[in-house]
Amino acid sequence: MPAEVTDFAQRSGTPAATAALAPAGVSIRGLRHSYGELLTIERLDLEAAPHEVIGLVGPSGCGKSTLLELICGLREPSAGELAVGGAPDAEGRLERCAYMPQRDLLMPWFSAIDNAALALRNRGVGKARARREAGALFGRFGLAGFEHSRPAELSGGMRQRVAFLRTLVAGKPVLALDEPFASLDAITRAEMQGWLAGALGAAPRTVVLVTHDVEEALYLSDRVAVLSARPARVVAELRAPAPRAAERDEAVTEPGFVAVREEAMRALRQGSR
Amino acid sequence: MKRWLLPAVVLAALIGAWQVVASNGALAGALHIESFLVPSPAEIATSLWDGRALLAENAWVTLREVVVGFGCALAAGLAFAVVLHLFETMRRALYPLIVASQTIPIVVIAPILIVWFGYGIGPKLAIVALICFFPITVNTLDGLRAVDPDAIKMMRTLDASRWQTFRRLEAPTALPYAFSGAKIAVAVAVIGAVFAELANPESGLGYLINQDGYQFEVARQFAAVVVLSAMAIGLFGLCALAERRVVTWR
Repeated sequence: MPAEVTDFAQRSGTPAATAALAPAGVSIRGLRHSYGELLTIERLDLEAAPHEVIGLVGPSGCGKSTLLELICGLREPSAGELAVGGAPDAEGRLERCAYMPQRDLLMPWFSAIDNAALALRNRGVGKARARREAGALFGRFGLAGFEHSRPAELSGGMRQRVAFLRTLVAGKPVLALDEPFASLDAITRAEMQGWLAGALGAAPRTVVLVTHDVEEALYLSDRVAVLSARPARVVAELRAPAPRAAERDEAVTEPGFVAVREEAMRALRQGSR
Repeated sequence: MKRWLLPAVVLAALIGAWQVVASNGALAGALHIESFLVPSPAEIATSLWDGRALLAENAWVTLREVVVGFGCALAAGLAFAVVLHLFETMRRALYPLIVASQTIPIVVIAPILIVWFGYGIGPKLAIVALICFFPITVNTLDGLRAVDPDAIKMMRTLDASRWQTFRRLEAPTALPYAFSGAKIAVAVAVIGAVFAELANPESGLGYLINQDGYQFEVARQFAAVVVLSAMAIGLFGLCALAERRVVTWR
């Protein structure tokens, strides 16, 4: 690992003023959730070990986003067991998870650096110190020189990087990413996938990544869970081929990768019925 | 520059046509226009200049009513919107009543307010504030509720307290809406002040228009209207300027 990357891991792993939380896994058993009459999730089992990256793919509207909100402690399940880092209560889960919504949702009234430092500011860290801490990561995220730009002045890919930085700076052991690159064009998306793989390699976290893109899921994750149509349950779990080529474009065209992708697609098609 | 050019040309053409018709005896006669009832723009300009002391004195009275009444409505409207936003039960209980209250015309309430509060600036401020309160409250509340629910969830996982979510997310989202409400309010505030002065004529531009009506000082009535609309445009412009200064991200 290059020195610079190690440094990054150390820095982002232990931001000051963060209750330095131990790595945490996610454990879900027999989970059930409904919105009134509408059953969204039923008999769902899923395990994520600490520092494991789990991809979730499934047909649209199957309850993937609801599952993320449940994990993050933003919702309570109707039945079943759900724990993050051993904490079963919503407050404990909320404490351990950072949620990155589909759209970047950067606040247009804050500069890039103030957006990235949002969690620190919420925890009562002073403005100067929060900026220093978040700003230390800007170079590694390819954002150097844009610290004081407003979100409107940034490209789609840069905005998404600021949004991810904001999630990372929160210092939570679990990251819940909801289709983080869905809004980007194909080229930028491929770039960002390569970039995220690098960022996670350097600063390992437990990640639950929701996406509708099987290739993205397999490329970024250690394991991919294929969900059925509503009510969602896991119909297949696939281990992503490892080791993968460093370059994204090479990785996704390797025969092993293509084979697993086809298998995932089959499971997805069967589960959609 | 171009934005102003076209309306300015239209305005100049209208005033020019008016001048021609009003000052040309034959044309005015053909259109059955009595010159003492319809002064020409030149006569209005003369009246504006000759009556400048009187107009300024009364404009100051009206301006004070507008600004103080608007200020009260702004403070009360923002506070009310925030309270209704934060307390769901209060919103459900009071919001329909606020909307319903708008069906009672201010024209009906004004004389009652004068009976209650008597003469002086009090009832006039109340009328202006009542008129301004609605657009400010409703727009600000709409703005507070326009926040993306995903952003609120995100703020919760970023350890934001209720107050921090309000301060860093909801309040800035609502600001442009509040400014829209304020701009509408300031425009109707001038109408409200004049109306209050007509209902209770003591001083102010509304009072002057009323008095000049009795004395067939039609040119000065028009002059007072010019001053009034200049006041409204000026106040609206100030609001727009403040908005540009504060809402820098749009």
